[in-house]
Amino acid sequence: MLPLILEDVSFVVGGRAIIDRISCDLAAGPRTVILGPNGSGKSVLMRLCHGLLTPTSGRIVWGGNVDDGRPRAQAMVFQRPVMLRRSALANVTYGLALAGVPRAKRERRAREVLDAVGLMQVAARPARVLSGGEQQKLALARAWALEPEVLFLDEPTANLDPGATREVERIVDEIHASGTKIVMSTHNLGQARRLADEILFMSGGRLADHAPVEQFFAEPSTGEAASFIKGELPWS
Amino acid sequence: MIFAADGTLWGIVLLSLRVTVTAVAVATVVGLPLGAALAIRRFAGRHVLLVTLNALMGLPPVVVGLVVYLLLSRAGPLGELGLLFTPTAMVIAQAILVTPIIAGLSRQVLEDAWHEYEEQLRSLGATPTAAAATLLWDTRYSLVTVVLAGFGRAAAEVGAVIIVGGNIEGVTRVMTTAISLETSKGDLPLALGLGLILVAVVFLINAAAQVIKTAAVRRYG
Amino acid sequence: MELRTKFARLAYLMLALACAPSALAQRFITVASTTSTEQSGLFKHLLPAFEQKTGIEVRIVALGTGQALDLARRGDADVVFVHAKSAEEEFLREGQGVRRFPVMYNDFVIVGPKADPAGIVHGADAPEALRKIKNASAAFVSRGDRSGTHIAEVNLWTAAGIDIAKEKGPWYRETGQGMGPALNTASSMNAYLLSDRATWLAFSNRGELAVLVEGDKRLLNQYGVMLVNPEKHPNVKRADGQAFIDWLVSPEGQAAIAAYKIEGEQLFFPNAGEPGA
Repeated sequence: MLPLILEDVSFVVGGRAIIDRISCDLAAGPRTVILGPNGSGKSVLMRLCHGLLTPTSGRIVWGGNVDDGRPRAQAMVFQRPVMLRRSALANVTYGLALAGVPRAKRERRAREVLDAVGLMQVAARPARVLSGGEQQKLALARAWALEPEVLFLDEPTANLDPGATREVERIVDEIHASGTKIVMSTHNLGQARRLADEILFMSGGRLADHAPVEQFFAEPSTGEAASFIKGELPWS
Repeated sequence: MIFAADGTLWGIVLLSLRVTVTAVAVATVVGLPLGAALAIRRFAGRHVLLVTLNALMGLPPVVVGLVVYLLLSRAGPLGELGLLFTPTAMVIAQAILVTPIIAGLSRQVLEDAWHEYEEQLRSLGATPTAAAATLLWDTRYSLVTVVLAGFGRAAAEVGAVIIVGGNIEGVTRVMTTAISLETSKGDLPLALGLGLILVAVVFLINAAAQVIKTAAVRRYG
Repeated sequence: MELRTKFARLAYLMLALACAPSALAQRFITVASTTSTEQSGLFKHLLPAFEQKTGIEVRIVALGTGQALDLARRGDADVVFVHAKSAEEEFLREGQGVRRFPVMYNDFVIVGPKADPAGIVHGADAPEALRKIKNASAAFVSRGDRSGTHIAEVNLWTAAGIDIAKEKGPWYRETGQGMGPALNTASSMNAYLLSDRATWLAFSNRGELAVLVEGDKRLLNQYGVMLVNPEKHPNVKRADGQAFIDWLVSPEGQAAIAAYKIEGEQLFFPNAGEPGA
């Protein structure tokens, strides 16, 4: 399925190019972090890659095939977790059921991931009464249970306190270690430094920079990137 | 006064419940999936359909009764079925009356839920049918209220059942038509008494639903 | 019709077919009669005897005379039992009925407020009483619904030389409802009203109303029963319907009619077989 190739992708709404002619390759392996200020189009780009939105022009190609339907083995974790009105465990098995995993295997796999993210004690509790951090970990567990080839994360820690943020980052690392490609967006420089292998820097809907993480922070190739790293990029 | 008519009174109350509960059950089976489909799918003419549905929520019962009567009359297209002046005809009329209410109100509930759930469900690969089923289950508490609204409408109406049922004693006489009859006979105390019983029955059903809801919320959140 | 609605209607039909058998298991006939007859309580008294004897359940659909005849014209009844001879004879002329049998009569009374602003009390001339009501512009409630009572009322106005359709004023209130609701309205307005005696006797919300004029021969109200024509409506239950008619005009049925009393007063006077009735 990977690499994921974007060819001159644009997303225009009401005359405004929210994504403006972006071309890039996302290969299996490196943890990709999409970095940029608020309003730069990170969320929209993630949704285009995941298939929730369709580009108004350009192509998104998985593994060499033309994209005529969403490929499987992808999952996404959103900034605000959406949980169903049922137990934490049931939320995870729900995703597995949708993916066609046989009933016997579902619960076993669900408990596996809940254990891995540290939510076993609350497995039977209604998911919607869990704290924000717990729900986000649950969302990660739900995605991880599907053993996706690619995991998209859209600013997953933007609403979490530092403790929960650290836990989420640890889990993302483990998911990567288990063989999943990570594509994550953030506006937090420290987080990008901690988690990324490569950086896609976005500004005003365009891809302003695409470089390995060390290189990006040491020698940003654009003025905007440099300003952003120094914390000077104005609100768009 | 009421207690003297005990056997008949029970019969009337049970028939009222039988007719209304059956009608609401049919309306729910048809209306909920319809509401879900309208909430999730986008298609040409959707706005027209929504406006029509909302308007149909206010269908006058007596108009529904008249239309169903014309359909079921021997002189009408479905006369062969011999359904006029039977409880079945009353169920049909009330089901037609209540379906738009359940479809319209559930559509609103489900659309609000869809705004919240859409991205996540699509991300997990849910087909529209699977998504609809999930939404229906997740909004079940609000949907109970929707169904109760439909029940209330059916239990209260007299215009439809009196035309298609004929208010035949022992066969199609229900609480509302009995109240109507006693009022026109001038026996107002009896009519009022029957009215209080009807209100009490509806109240009890709503109370029971609330108890079930509270217990479920405690269990499932 | 939109596809979903078609499907829904089909679902209802299938449900109906599933439910129908229970309704058909019981042997019954459908008799279209009038609200005033039903509200007098006659059927409650009369029908059990017939049902016990024959095992045929009699289902009464009570409407105004005009509506009852229209119901029969659509084939939705097996027998009609109303009290408007001219309308019944028209029904026969249309070929909708087989034959008319007179069954019984009761009478109409003119009721009104005890205060009697038009001064008609103790009168024995019904049309004259109506003329006085009109001249006094006293409130008068009419059925206005093509019922037997309404037709009788219009005939009385005509007998008084008044074309009520043209000459009515704000004092003349047409309710378009059954006898009971009309009495309710008259009671709350303290108005005059033409009512059949049976409904009046069974009516309990009288307020200030009382019987002011009665006994005039022109106030007699004749009932007739007819079998709906099976040639026109094949679904009509000919044998059972005729059995009911035969019983009504039989000595047994006629005696049962005479036996019905409210507060010791006989309401209906059997006269089957009376020539010209």
